[in-house]
This record gives sequence, C-alpha cells and structure tokens, in this order.
Amino acid sequence: MASGELTSGAYIKHHLQNLTYGKFPDGHWGFAHTSEEAKEMGFMAVHVDTLGFSFVLGALFLFLFARAAKKASIDAPSGFQNFVESIVDFIDENVRGSFSGKNPMVAPLALTTFIWIILMNTMDLVPVDWLPSLFHAMGVEYLKVVPTTDPNATFGMSIGIFILILYYSVKEKGLGGFLGELTLHPFGKWMLPANLFLEGVNLLAKPVSLALRLFGNMYAGEMIFILIALLPFWIQWSLSLPWAIFHILIVLLQAFIFMTLVIVYMDMAHQKEH
Amino acid sequence: MNINLTLIGQTIMFAMFVWFCMKFVWPPLVETMAARKKSIEDGLKAAELGKEEHALAQKNAEDLIETSKTQAAEIIANADKQAVVMIDNAKGAASEEADKIKAQAKSELDQEVTKVRNELKDQVSTLVMQGVNSVLDKEVDSKTHKDMLSKLSKSL
Repeated sequence: MASGELTSGAYIKHHLQNLTYGKFPDGHWGFAHTSEEAKEMGFMAVHVDTLGFSFVLGALFLFLFARAAKKASIDAPSGFQNFVESIVDFIDENVRGSFSGKNPMVAPLALTTFIWIILMNTMDLVPVDWLPSLFHAMGVEYLKVVPTTDPNATFGMSIGIFILILYYSVKEKGLGGFLGELTLHPFGKWMLPANLFLEGVNLLAKPVSLALRLFGNMYAGEMIFILIALLPFWIQWSLSLPWAIFHILIVLLQAFIFMTLVIVYMDMAHQKEH
Repeated sequence: MNINLTLIGQTIMFAMFVWFCMKFVWPPLVETMAARKKSIEDGLKAAELGKEEHALAQKNAEDLIETSKTQAAEIIANADKQAVVMIDNAKGAASEEADKIKAQAKSELDQEVTKVRNELKDQVSTLVMQGVNSVLDKEVDSKTHKDMLSKLSKSL
C-alpha cells in the first residue's frame, strides 16, 4: 500500500488517476493535484505518464529492432537477432495468411502494433506499487504505468487504424466504390438508409471494438492487481502470482488479437469486391 | 480515464512508430532473411548436386575398376594361352630340330658307311687284282679283265 492512512477507495482511486498536465479553468497550465482537477481540465490536457511510458516502450522496441536489422547478415543469426527474426517471421506469416492485397505498409504496421502493445501490456506485470512509489518519492503525485489501461492510448491507436481503413478504402475502391459499399449493401438501393445505418455501425464498430477490447482487458487486469495489493502483504503472493501468470497470456493474447484484427481490417479495406 | 489531448498525441506517436518501422526495421530484416533463405536453398541444392556428382563419379570409378578387372583377367588368360602355344611351338620346333639332326646324322653315317664300303671294295678288288696278277702274271691282261673285275667289285 502506498501509505497506511489511505482508505481502500482512495488507494484504488489514486492508482487509477493519470498524471495529468493541462489547462486549468482559470487559464493557467499545470499538473492536476486531484482527480477533480484533472476532470475539470477537459480535453485540453495530456496524460504525461501514458505518453511517456508508451513513448519509451515504443522507442525501446524500435531501437532494439532497428539495431537487429542493422546487424542482420545472411550468416546464421544468434541470440536477440534470432528472436527478432522469429517475430518478424511470425508477423510475416500472419500477414501473408490474412492480407491478400499488396501494401508494404501492412506488415510493419502489424509488427509495430504487436510489439508495442505487448510492451505496454507487460508493464502490468510490474508490481502495482513499485513505479508509483518510486515516482512518488521523486515528487510525482500520480502515475499509471500501463498505457493500455488508458483509453487515450488504445483509442489513439484504433483511430490511427480507422484513418488507414478510410484512406485505403477510398484509394483502392474509389470514393464511389466505398460509398456504394456503405449504402448499397446488404439490402439493395431501395433500402439505402437502412444500409447506411448498418454499414456505418459496422464501420465505426471496428475502431471502437479494437480500442475497448484492449482497454477493457488491461484495465480489468490492472484493477485485480490493485485489489490484490490491498490484501495483507504476506498473503498477496498467493493471488498475485497466479494472476500474473494468467495475465502473461492476456498480455500476449490481446496484442495478438489487436494485430490480427488490424491485418483483417486492412485486408477488408483493400478488397474491391464486397 | 478522461479523454483528452493524449488521444491525439498517442495517434501521432503511433503513426511515427509505424513509419519508422516501415522505413528502418521491416525491410532490412525481411530482405536479409530472404537472402539467407536463398543462400541456404542454394547451398542445399549445391550439396544435392555434389552428392549426385559424387555418386556418379563413384559409379564411374566402380565401372572402370570392373572393366579393368575383366581386361586384366582377359590379358592374363591370353598370356596363359600364348605361353601354352609358345611352349607347344617350342616343343614342336625342338622335336623337329632333333629329328632333323638325327636324320642328318643318320645320312652322314650312311654316307660314311657307303664310302667306307666302296673303299673297302676298291681295296679288295685291288687286292684281288694284285693276287690274281701275282698268280697269273702276265696271262691275264688287266685291261681285258677290268670289266669283269669291276663287275665283281660291284657285286661285293
């Protein structure tokens, strides 16, 4: 527990509050000291912890993989090189299996989402109090270490995917083709409003479900870790260890699902015939 | 849990990461892996080819050894045959020669015998003539009885 005098509710609330930097209602910018202050800032605020951790993890991923790419030679790979290549192979296989179009961007996109999400999710396995306590000692009031428990991060990614879906749908099918797909199916042109409604929901559900699925899984997992952390310290391991082991599965599975759906959505955006 | 500018920040960050990955991470890795795959395939193919060549060479060598063996056996057999023939020939020639020598020796011997006999005849006839001469003295003309004497000597 962060400190003895905190109630359980306050402890949980504290753990679920991002480190927010934004514009106060009176116009000046600064860190929010309470959840209420953060809420009052509205849209004109950023979660410094989410941005920071996700940037560090993404940069770590790209640094390691770019170094491996630079060192890659046709001689037998070893160690980390081998690991990187097996992941690349895995992604390549998935893309080949699910994506029928020709687009050199899809595979790197899948690789980036997969590894980045794994790294962000893995932050969940760091005991919930370590990093917040460490940063608290340095004067940082709030810290949420798992970027994927922040809907801003998951929606940020899924909006990026949504933009790509729209872009490639229009590029591959033409604006008319894309609009036709939205309005002329599944009931034919006399039921245009119904078609538009159904296809519109279908289209919008893609980014929303992507983001909410990842967010929900990770948020719930984090929540359970926080609840376990409320128990007496000598019994915590008996629950946190099994949950952490199970959570490894969720970490990988959610990243894999996200990646697979990205590939499938990109494939659908590239298909000319409905 | 509030939706705010972080959303846009995360989207931009995501786009940057994907761009970087697409530019500097994915292509070199995939190219290297493809190149390695190709080199391994080539190596395997070359090994297969080498294996085939080796098998072929071995077969050729075996064939060569086999033919050499048969040839050697033939040569030995021929040589044996030839030796037998030569020995036979030599035997024949030797016995012929021996026969010749024997015949020659025999004819020489015959000649000698004849010669000696003739000489003996002559001597005997001379002796007879001398005897007769001494007995008959001049009564018998040697010229007149020469024919008779020579007949006599021939009948000896």
